[in-house]
Amino acid sequence: MSIAFDLARVSAGFADPTCESQQVFRKLMDAMARPGTLHDLSVAPDAPMGLDRAAGAVALTLFDFETTVWLDPALRTEAVEGWLRFHCGAPFVADPQQAAFAVVTDLAAAPALSAFNAGDAKYPDRSTTLVIQLPSLETGPPATLTGPGIKSKATLSLDGLRPDFWAEVQDNHARFQFGVDLIFVAGDRLTALPRSTRVVPEGD
Amino acid sequence: MTAGTNEPERYYNYAYLDEQTKRMIRRAILKALAIPGYQAPFGSREMPVPYGWGTGGIQLTAAIIGPDDVYKCIDQGADDTTNAVSIRKFFAQVADVATTEDTAAATIIQTRHRIPEQGLKEGQVLVFQVPQPEPLRGLEARETETRAMHAYEEYGLQYVSLYESVATYGRIASTVGYPTMIDERYLMSPSPIPKFDNPKLDDNPAILLFGAGREKRIYAVPPYTRVRSLDFDDYPFETQTWEEDCALCGATESYLDEVVLDDSGERMFVCSDSSFCGDRRAAGHAGSMAGHQLASLDKEPA
Repeated sequence: MSIAFDLARVSAGFADPTCESQQVFRKLMDAMARPGTLHDLSVAPDAPMGLDRAAGAVALTLFDFETTVWLDPALRTEAVEGWLRFHCGAPFVADPQQAAFAVVTDLAAAPALSAFNAGDAKYPDRSTTLVIQLPSLETGPPATLTGPGIKSKATLSLDGLRPDFWAEVQDNHARFQFGVDLIFVAGDRLTALPRSTRVVPEGD
Repeated sequence: MTAGTNEPERYYNYAYLDEQTKRMIRRAILKALAIPGYQAPFGSREMPVPYGWGTGGIQLTAAIIGPDDVYKCIDQGADDTTNAVSIRKFFAQVADVATTEDTAAATIIQTRHRIPEQGLKEGQVLVFQVPQPEPLRGLEARETETRAMHAYEEYGLQYVSLYESVATYGRIASTVGYPTMIDERYLMSPSPIPKFDNPKLDDNPAILLFGAGREKRIYAVPPYTRVRSLDFDDYPFETQTWEEDCALCGATESYLDEVVLDDSGERMFVCSDSSFCGDRRAAGHAGSMAGHQLASLDKEPA
């Protein structure tokens, strides 16, 4: 069996992994601490075809041999898997229940949020964090956010969500302490919605 | 404010911890923020100081700090205590960060047992050093049981404990590590801060991170989160008050330390927050012993 791995076909990761992953993490931490805030990544790698730069930056910052990663079918290409395997060494899993992280680029075709791991009653941190790539974080219909990290209320206008996605997010919030946590990426930008955030789409 | 300039002398990775350890801690921080007040386990590493000297806080700081940060470290409110000075020097050396004693200028403030008097602002991170992250540990020794109590929101025992305190002392006698409820879900130890500081946890604009190195737990309170100190309708939560003012700056609203001055019992009360007190004195405020050269110490012993 050949396991030859052509390094020439693996694109570069962070130029300075220590410094750049720290900068990306601080934006991620701020996004998770203040749900719905948008963050520009000044440093992001040129991720392989199919992954936006912000998605690649999140992967390089958080994934490693300790984290199981679920990729949606659109990402199961040699270019993406090879890149993540080389830079992160993360094991891939086919079962969403087994995933510490899931990367979704085709939300319409992805499994329901409830198909991913919602954590354990005593260890709700052992749940899946989804990285969901969208066309834009600002041009969609607005939704109102309340909860920890939000002073009174915030508005988030994600574009490219599937029908009834907000209902899934509401169900995810309703079973707190269980639940998955969501990181949304588009281009060089990211935002986050932890399970603690209550979301009401405008018009509801 | 001084910038670290000792790059050639760095024999460790940036910010001391290796990159895989930082990733592991960073993942725990994100989950801790997503589940406010929940104690997320993490793989605590051996640090170059013993447990009990702030290893949890140091690991949190090491995982989040970058060269653009301005770092402040306080111990019991003071910037000039041994542990605070050592930890501040540590990060100036291994993380090339600027350090400060000015609360407003800092981006990361690591603290043991206090929250600064000056209000924090958005963008700041307050890192607490935590000896015992489990608020229920004094009531239930088994981790398996306290885990289940948190999982099922089974906090009756904590209220019984507060009731017993009222029955014994006529008031809720707990003064440090006073138990808090985070967003009406998780019971959380605020670390051994005086209950005077508990109201500052509520609706705070800064990110509050808690690290317990020996106990291997990280927990967090995001900004603008409801933090309620437990109490009863007829025995409401109250903070400490002092009859004295700060002897150096005259502050009436700050947390005061009692300092014994001599063998005859002379004493003074002074702000525990050294930066706050210094700023007030620089602004012209003066307490009863301002400028006092501790003259009584010069007296011949009786």
